[in-house]
Amino acid sequence: MSPPERRASPAAGTPLLEVSDLTKHFPVRRGALGWSTTLVRAVDSISFRLEPGTTLGLVGESGCGKTTTSKLILGLERPTSGAIRFEGDDVVSLDAAGRRHYRRAVQAVFQDPYASLDPRMRVGAIVAEPLVINTELDGGARRRRVAELLDLVGLPARAAELFPHEFSGGQRQRIAIARALALSPKLVVLDEPVSALDVSIRAQILNLLRDLQKRLGVSYLFIAHDLAAVAHMSHTIAVMYLGKIVECGDADAVALAPQHPYTRALFAAALPVDVDGKRDETLVAGEVPSPLAPPSGCRFHPRCPHAMPHCATEEPTLRTAADRLVACHLY
Amino acid sequence: MAVPVIEVKDLHTHLVTRWGTVKAVDGVSFSVGESETLGLVGESGSGKSMTCLSIVRLVPRPAARIVSGEVLLDGEDLLARSEREMQRIRGRKVAMILQDPMSSLNPVFSVGMQVREPVAAYHGLRGRALGRRAAELLAAVKIPSPAARLRAFPHQLSGGMRQRVVGAMAIAAPPRLLIADEPTTSLDLTIQAQYLALLKELQERHRLAMIFVTHNLGIVARMCDRVAVMYAGRIVEMGPVRELFTAPAHPYTRALMESVPRLGARRELLTAIDGQPPDLAKLPPGCAFAPRCANVMERCRVEAPPEIAVSAGHATRCWLHVPA
Repeated sequence: MSPPERRASPAAGTPLLEVSDLTKHFPVRRGALGWSTTLVRAVDSISFRLEPGTTLGLVGESGCGKTTTSKLILGLERPTSGAIRFEGDDVVSLDAAGRRHYRRAVQAVFQDPYASLDPRMRVGAIVAEPLVINTELDGGARRRRVAELLDLVGLPARAAELFPHEFSGGQRQRIAIARALALSPKLVVLDEPVSALDVSIRAQILNLLRDLQKRLGVSYLFIAHDLAAVAHMSHTIAVMYLGKIVECGDADAVALAPQHPYTRALFAAALPVDVDGKRDETLVAGEVPSPLAPPSGCRFHPRCPHAMPHCATEEPTLRTAADRLVACHLY
Repeated sequence: MAVPVIEVKDLHTHLVTRWGTVKAVDGVSFSVGESETLGLVGESGSGKSMTCLSIVRLVPRPAARIVSGEVLLDGEDLLARSEREMQRIRGRKVAMILQDPMSSLNPVFSVGMQVREPVAAYHGLRGRALGRRAAELLAAVKIPSPAARLRAFPHQLSGGMRQRVVGAMAIAAPPRLLIADEPTTSLDLTIQAQYLALLKELQERHRLAMIFVTHNLGIVARMCDRVAVMYAGRIVEMGPVRELFTAPAHPYTRALMESVPRLGARRELLTAIDGQPPDLAKLPPGCAFAPRCANVMERCRVEAPPEIAVSAGHATRCWLHVPA
């Protein structure tokens, strides 16, 4: 029962990544002719911080805004409002040089290693591509770096000569990880990195990611729907529902003693791999409402077993309760 | 156990590919009784889905062929039926729920038309009685305002609702055997919990025998009475759920259980299974799991282990358990 190693922040007090009041709205055309538009509040004023060398787990059901959050952090979408600060600097207002530096420092590994690797490139070229674009290394130095990276993720050096189709799913995900690490990033966004893999392979990849974090001190933003895997990997967990963070705190605290009714329902629905475990049947009724017309007040109130009259009118803010932040009128 | 509804005996299904003949299902035997759920667990390519397709004789032809074996539904061998007779059995006696509801629903027909079709075929209902029965079926799978939903098209429903519609069509007869092939994999967690509760309820009401294919051990622990673990086309271990979870006999089952992260049991590293899933076209002689097994012995690499009883109703294919 030893929690993963925590590293002290280099510039004392400055988190690696600090997101404050981050908001992303997408306009959606409606009506027969598409003349009227409404807004989807995909991410609505969320805040969190990520310390160097740690993992933040982001969980929630489809449509809750996890992937939009990761796209905002990767710079693939521009926020509507709010700030993303990386090592203290606001990412949105960076100049070209700062932006290049940021892109090198933040990398990603996606869910499907069959889609994220170019089938016509040799593995060596795939892993070397970030080096070609971003560094001045010559051919020999690049080859040495590629060999080093392949070794780091547990692939033989001859893998560089092969094509992606010659590898199984788990090995392909290792290639994707090697590519993400090529520029020695400080943050890697892991968007469902093991969901596409076979059960017996998932543990290998999760172990590899943990080991790499320990050796390289890299931070992870870990997005997954497998709650036990998130709890295993993360130092901090943030739970999202319809674009809002409803609970955020220490991974063990959130996973083992969830406070928000939605978190409780979510963790109860994540069936334990245990025949004798307590069967806490807190089934939430209904489905996730459309983000086009989120409920008033607390967005979870129509499905909440503890809903009170003022939940429908007043939106709860994140407040400290039981060592973590919870957005619920119960606390 | 009561009289089995479905009994599969020594089923062999082969796939002819460019790389040679692949034994997708290699001597699988099991039975499922009324109101009983058998979990089929295994990785992709282990033969779970191919076993299910063999039962309803819908293996992809011409590549796949059921080579030998028996599939007894209430005592009659489905492999000996004609194609015409099979059409009357599929849906009426044996229903299936697949992973993606859109592969079972036709996007250009309304929900009502699709739910009415099996009802009309099985029960000969027409007109208003047919509409009423269709609405009852939607109500049985807990779809709110069923009468209005009958006019909806699949794309207007959420994933959970679509899977409920598929569930309604599956119990239209109601069948004797329900095969659920990863029915909740595409659903969100809270919706998955609702759907599993619904399946249990339908099973109890109609006393269905159920084969539940999944790779999620949490679902197995919740839903199944017995589990069969498949590896490379064979059942390597089968037994009551509790025994399999508390005292797994086969090294593969044990490794699977240990490799899954658990809530509340924080460990530095997970116990990973080495190596890659087997390539069915190039299986080693002997036990297929031997190259990845932690307890491998000389014998494992030469000779395939037979089925060995560990306790009553619990058997495994592993040389470790051969009586001395």
